[in-house]
Amino acid sequence: MDNESQYSGYSYKSSHSRSSRKHRDRRDRHRSKSRDSSSRGDKSVTIQTPGEPLLDAESTRGDDRDDNWGETTTVITGTSEHSISNEDLTRVTKDLEESTPLECKRFVGPALGGCLSFFAIVTPLAFLILPQVLWRDALEPCGTPCEGLYVSLAFKLLVLLISSWALFLRSPRATLPRFFVFRCLLMVLVFLFVASYWLFYGVRVLEPRERDYRGIVEYAASLVDALLFIQYLALVLLEVRHMQPAFCLKVVRSTDGASKFYNMGHLSIQRAAVWVLDRYYSDFTVYNPALLNLPKSILSKKMTGFKVYSLDESTTNNSTGQSRAMIAAAARRRDNSHNEYYYEEAEMDRRIRKRKARLVVAVEEAFTHIKRLHEDEAASSPKHPREVMDPREAAQAIFAPMARAMQKYLRTTRQQAFHSMESILTHLQFCITHNMTPKAFLERYLGPGPTMQYQQQSGRGRQWTLVSEEPVTSALRQGLVFSLRRLDFSLVVTVTPLPFLRLGEEFIDPKSHKFVMRLQSETSV
Amino acid sequence: MSFVPGQPVTAVVQRIEIQKLRQGNNLILGFSIGGGIDQDPGQNPFSEDKTDKGIYVTRITPGGPADVAGLMMGDKIMQVNGWDMTMVTHDKARKRLTKKNEDVVRLLVTRKSLEEAVKQSMGGFPRP
Repeated sequence: MDNESQYSGYSYKSSHSRSSRKHRDRRDRHRSKSRDSSSRGDKSVTIQTPGEPLLDAESTRGDDRDDNWGETTTVITGTSEHSISNEDLTRVTKDLEESTPLECKRFVGPALGGCLSFFAIVTPLAFLILPQVLWRDALEPCGTPCEGLYVSLAFKLLVLLISSWALFLRSPRATLPRFFVFRCLLMVLVFLFVASYWLFYGVRVLEPRERDYRGIVEYAASLVDALLFIQYLALVLLEVRHMQPAFCLKVVRSTDGASKFYNMGHLSIQRAAVWVLDRYYSDFTVYNPALLNLPKSILSKKMTGFKVYSLDESTTNNSTGQSRAMIAAAARRRDNSHNEYYYEEAEMDRRIRKRKARLVVAVEEAFTHIKRLHEDEAASSPKHPREVMDPREAAQAIFAPMARAMQKYLRTTRQQAFHSMESILTHLQFCITHNMTPKAFLERYLGPGPTMQYQQQSGRGRQWTLVSEEPVTSALRQGLVFSLRRLDFSLVVTVTPLPFLRLGEEFIDPKSHKFVMRLQSETSV
Repeated sequence: MSFVPGQPVTAVVQRIEIQKLRQGNNLILGFSIGGGIDQDPGQNPFSEDKTDKGIYVTRITPGGPADVAGLMMGDKIMQVNGWDMTMVTHDKARKRLTKKNEDVVRLLVTRKSLEEAVKQSMGGFPRP
């Protein structure tokens, strides 16, 4: 393409953060291999919250797209003549994310588990039915005790079914890069259990055509008991063990420093990553790449350097001396860029506040133009027929006077990429329907909301990459650092253990609270 | 006037002699005192060091015997008739000042301006 030749050299290398280049290289390597290669020992693995990775299918088109990303997401940009506005960029991203097909890998695990549990639940019934079908006449009759066992068996199976439905029958929230160790362990355990029971059954009951039916029923009941205990084990391992807090995780977003602290229990790194990402979407404010850059006017002053002339004739190696001299000179030079930064910030604040004031007034005024029509008012004034509108039309009617103020405000706070006119209209319609005040309508625009607010409800999911120096199935421990990378930013997670608390006791007798006045008397003599 | 425990206190003092005035059945001196080791030293408006628990003159009746004798508000009383006043309770101080069988009280008082006056006069000393 035309554009590539312009920046194949300089800006390609300089305008990208190191991590995105690494990611792109790794992605190129993986393009031809199957997905299982990630478990083979290289340390960067992929967590896919369900959906197709963004760039894998688009790898051929990725390059020029990446250059444009570089234009808006790095702090110091190189010289790149091709500029693309932020709105076009986000529109492009949305298109890419929606067009990827649903992958089947995310359903393999649950399907396997489902089959196994179905098999396990059907087994006791099979144990009971097979002798009846095959050699009914030869069986010893078994009266009341068997019927008691039938009842208990039925109820235990019912409990097993209901608790399996409650605990395990949920659509998976994430696909993990490596095997989920506990779940695999449990599935293997169930399989071994059921297989060994079948083996015993086949050898000792089916072959010799065992006649003691009561023993067979008791055998089936013991299988159901064992399954209930395995389910208890599953409950403890998968749901309960990590509930007691043991670690404090600090999550920092690499681009703008937004950080949060979370308490969590013992989990493996990949499960902890999923846990953190769950909370990322509702706790962190949305990442706005437009807010990152210092204005060029402030930074460009630093670009001018000193020219160093060496006056003595020696040809010895003084390049380090030169660079040190330059750095020292640059440090000593009076640098006023902080001044400009301060005034620029103050000016920006003022501008935002002015636009915000205009917006608030416009919205308040717009909201006074409509009011809700109550049932009894409809027939009350036949002389002044008023046009009755549904919420959508009402929203469109009052949107016009506030549209300009809204657009200017969004542009000043650089949020215009997140809110299209359609979305504003929809939100306005929503607020009118629920009798919200103008302030409630504006709540969405006056501050950056959590990332969840801006997500489209597509089933494709978000692609995150887990980068860690330790294997991702190892448990959390002190001093562990891993990061979760997305295309243009990453979350760096640091693990520290919660301190051990030594709680002491001190008893205070309620009668021991006594007070005296402080004296300051003056006596005349 | 700060006080270091265990070290002797040195101060520039002024000797003031007050004749008690008889008013009816009482002998009055015409001033009020505050302070004492059982009192709260932080409330003292006259002391420089807010941990100083000495006895201070808080009010002087204009025209009374103390005023005539030259006592000033804010003075710290160091001795009364030879008895020490730097480490006494408020009540003890009052009793020492209001003994019925004494007509005259001789006080040793100190104030900041005394120290400064001495310093000034000593500073001018080397000049001929």
